[in-house]
Amino acid sequence: MRFDVDSFREIADSLVRNKSRSLLTGFGVFWGIFMLLFLMGGGQGLKQLIMSNFEGFATNTGILISSQTTVPYKGFKEGRYWRLSYTDVDRLRLMMPELETVTPVINTGGREAVYGTGTTSVSVRGIYANYHKIEEPKIRYGRYLNETDILQERKVCVIGKRIYKELFPDGGDPCGKFIRVGPVYYQIVGVDFSSGNISIGGRADQTVFIPLPLAQKIYNRGSNVDIICTAAYSGIRMSDLEPRMRQIIAKQHAFDPADKQAMVIINTEQMFALVDNLFKGVNFLIWLVGLGTILAGVIGVSNIMMVTVRERTTEIGIRRAIGATPRDILSQIILESIALTLVAGSFGIVFAVQLLRLMETVVRLNPDNPPADFQIGFWLAVAAALLLTLLGVVAGLAPASRAMAIKPVDAMRDE
Amino acid sequence: MLIELKDVNKTYNNGQPLHVLKGIDLSIDRGEFVSIMGASGSGKSTLLNILGILDNYDTGEYYIDGRLIKGLTERQAADYRNRMIGFIFQSFNLIGFKTAVENVELPLFYQGVSRHKRHEMAMEYLERLGLTDWAGHYPNEMSGGQKQRVAIARALITNPKIILADEPTGALDSKTSEEVMQLLTQLNREEKVTIIVVTHESGVANCTDKIIHIKDGIIGQIEDNRRHQSSVFGTSTIMK
Repeated sequence: MRFDVDSFREIADSLVRNKSRSLLTGFGVFWGIFMLLFLMGGGQGLKQLIMSNFEGFATNTGILISSQTTVPYKGFKEGRYWRLSYTDVDRLRLMMPELETVTPVINTGGREAVYGTGTTSVSVRGIYANYHKIEEPKIRYGRYLNETDILQERKVCVIGKRIYKELFPDGGDPCGKFIRVGPVYYQIVGVDFSSGNISIGGRADQTVFIPLPLAQKIYNRGSNVDIICTAAYSGIRMSDLEPRMRQIIAKQHAFDPADKQAMVIINTEQMFALVDNLFKGVNFLIWLVGLGTILAGVIGVSNIMMVTVRERTTEIGIRRAIGATPRDILSQIILESIALTLVAGSFGIVFAVQLLRLMETVVRLNPDNPPADFQIGFWLAVAAALLLTLLGVVAGLAPASRAMAIKPVDAMRDE
Repeated sequence: MLIELKDVNKTYNNGQPLHVLKGIDLSIDRGEFVSIMGASGSGKSTLLNILGILDNYDTGEYYIDGRLIKGLTERQAADYRNRMIGFIFQSFNLIGFKTAVENVELPLFYQGVSRHKRHEMAMEYLERLGLTDWAGHYPNEMSGGQKQRVAIARALITNPKIILADEPTGALDSKTSEEVMQLLTQLNREEKVTIIVVTHESGVANCTDKIIHIKDGIIGQIEDNRRHQSSVFGTSTIMK
């Protein structure tokens, strides 16, 4: 195989000679690689955006919420309301050693928080200090609620990001200041900046966290709790624990353990799995569509190379007559095919990268959006380029074998 | 002997077997200027293809400069064509998207000669044929005679043992034909290049020193034409 600058010039020449044809053929490959990379980057970014909703949430969490029974049981008729209570918390702790954390929560929504002249609507959540094991806070100022706060029922609170922004528009550390929620003044001890969207009873950024016993007294909740959050030790699947939790609670509150609607268990493990499966499906589609489009483009290249070879029968015959070996012809056709796919594909890569960058910028324009990484990796781009080269070879094989079959005599016959 | 054919046979098997060359015996010496004449269908094109290693023959032996040309691989054949034979075609067969100088360079490209060197050599040959000013022009910008001269330069550049010219004047008018034949004659006389011209024009054949008549696949008559008196149409010009 003979090879120098002229080989490359010749390839460039022959591609440029049929500008519109090369352009149209190349477009198929361009669009294919663009689609594949753009969809891959977009899918990845989207997944990160959606996953960020779960931010701070333990992946192995089960949240128990009481609801209405739907079947009659033990003399009770259906449609009965029941409530979770503190004893359920103790019972779960005692009877389910697999659970690392069991913590009750009281929620009250639609309250108004006041600081100075500023007001904002909030929900109040009574929690124990170990609630952070369920929903990871991102403490910006101060600290989280601690055991002493709970024990002494101090009128202290941790506020969410949005409350902080609304009530303290000038910024600064608000710790030690007092805000009023309803009739009660609470001293701020911390600010939580977590921005996850998954939450029970209001978004964390609009929530005032106060000690649970305090909430219980202020809002007259007696021994009832709204929800019980549980987290299992790592390695234990929440789904496996669900039936036993139902058994324990159902026995106490006299509802049918098979009555799934009587008690809702939100299983984050399942939700994660759901999103994960969703994106597995999306990824599969991306590969199907992307590779399919590239393949269609490559077949186009192969086709057009076939036409080129036919058109150039005389030229190839002349080359053979004056001393080109079949291998020279083979390499010429394959290199042309590679050049066409690689050049067109590189434009596709560049275009996809640029568009993904634009998307990233657009997403970041809104500061509320969590940071998401849309861009494809460097090595993915390199792999794409390698794939294109390979596809170029494949596309060139059939036309090249046809070109190699051209005998030098054909040059003279074609007059 | 530079070229020796011994009882060369060739049969085409396209449907009905066609025995085209029926035992060709031929020898051509170094520095000869020979023409092969024959009507169409006489087998002269087949003979030319075999002489040019463009086609295989079935039986017999063909030697160039003592080397047996038989059962070559495509690669060897390409190499021999490149180094031993220079082709001049009726339809010039220049590559249309290459300039004159690039066309002349091409055989050297396939020899692996460096870019600079082959350009230099191509320019030298173009100069010898008076085409320096046309080096950068494409074939469609040149006249038939100029194109044929470019083709001659391309044939000469590898310094081959034989120049094979297939109807070199077939696409040219009589005046240009004469020029081309003069050029070939001059090459033969001054540089002792062995030239074999295949033609059916007696005027063209008359320019050569030896006329080999081929008819129905066998060599008929070998005419000594050193006096250039064979043309029935007159000796002074090439009749078209």
